[in-house]
Amino acid sequence: MKSLEELMAIKAKMQDKVAVRRVDGSVRIVVGMATCGIAAGARPVLNAFVEGVTAAGLAESVSVTQTGCIGICQYEPVVEVYESGKEKVTYVKMTAEKAKEVVEKHIKGGTPVAEYTIGTTNV
Amino acid sequence: MDDLSLYVLDITMNSVRAGAKNIEISLVEEGEWLTFSVTDDGCGMSREQVEKLSDPFFTTRKTRKVGLGIPFLKMLSEMTGGCVEIQSTPESESPDAHGTVIKATFGMNHIDFIPLGDMVETVKTLIQGSPLINFTYTHKKADREIRLCCAELRAILGDDISLADFEILAWIDGFLREQYGE
Repeated sequence: MKSLEELMAIKAKMQDKVAVRRVDGSVRIVVGMATCGIAAGARPVLNAFVEGVTAAGLAESVSVTQTGCIGICQYEPVVEVYESGKEKVTYVKMTAEKAKEVVEKHIKGGTPVAEYTIGTTNV
Repeated sequence: MDDLSLYVLDITMNSVRAGAKNIEISLVEEGEWLTFSVTDDGCGMSREQVEKLSDPFFTTRKTRKVGLGIPFLKMLSEMTGGCVEIQSTPESESPDAHGTVIKATFGMNHIDFIPLGDMVETVKTLIQGSPLINFTYTHKKADREIRLCCAELRAILGDDISLADFEILAWIDGFLREQYGE
C-alpha cells in the first residue's frame, strides 16, 4: 500500500541528496505542451524524456520542462534542446521511441540525432 | 485527441497559463453522466473573452491564430449529449476573488464518447510541469473515490524537495494507480 509514511521515507532518503540535486541547468530539454502538442502525442514524449534522463543518471545536470505553443503546430510534438555554448536543437514529430534515442545519442552521447531535427525531417 | 485524459490535460493547462496557484480537477461519474470540472484562482477572463471562447479563431496567444482547446471540448461534450459551462471573474474586476470554473458533461453511454484514457499520466504531467501549483485531483466513480492533493504532499515533503522530482512522481504514480485498483 502506497502510504504517506512511505513518502516520508522517500523524503528522508532524498534530503541527504538535496544539496547536489539542484539542477545546474547546463542542458535544458523543453517539450511543447499546448493543444497542438498534446493532440499530436507530446505527453508520452515528455514522459520518455523524464524517465530517460533519470535512468541515465543525468537528473542533476539536465532539466526537462514544458512550454506552450511555439508556432509550428504542424511539426508537433516539438522538443527543443538548449545546451550552454551551443546552438539550440529543435526536434520535430517526436515519439517516445525517438525521445529515448535522443537521450542516448544526444543528451548522453553529445551528438544530436540529425534525422529528427527540423532541418532534415520530411514533413 | 484520442482520449478524455488528454482533454483534461489540455483544459487544465489553460489554468496553469492563467497563473493559478490552486487548481482543482474533478471527475464525477453518476449514472450515465460524467462531469469534468476545473476550478482555478488564475487571472480570469472578461465577459467578452468568455463569449468568444468557443470560436476557434479566437485565441490570446501570439504564436498562432487559432485556439482549439475549448472548441474541441465543447464538440466532444455536445456530441455525447452534454454541455460546457464557463464562469469567470477577472482579476481586474475582483482582485481578491478571481478565477475560472469550466464544467463539461459527457454521456458515457453515447456512441461518440471516447475512452477515459490514462488520468494518472495527465496528473503526473501537470505536476511535472508546475510543481509549485497546488493541484487537487478527485475522481468519483460508482465504487470508489480517487484523490490526490499536492498541498498535503508538500506539507510532508517541505520546500526543499520538488514534486517534479522523479522519485516523487513515481510515488504519485503508484499512489493513484493503487486507488484506481490497477
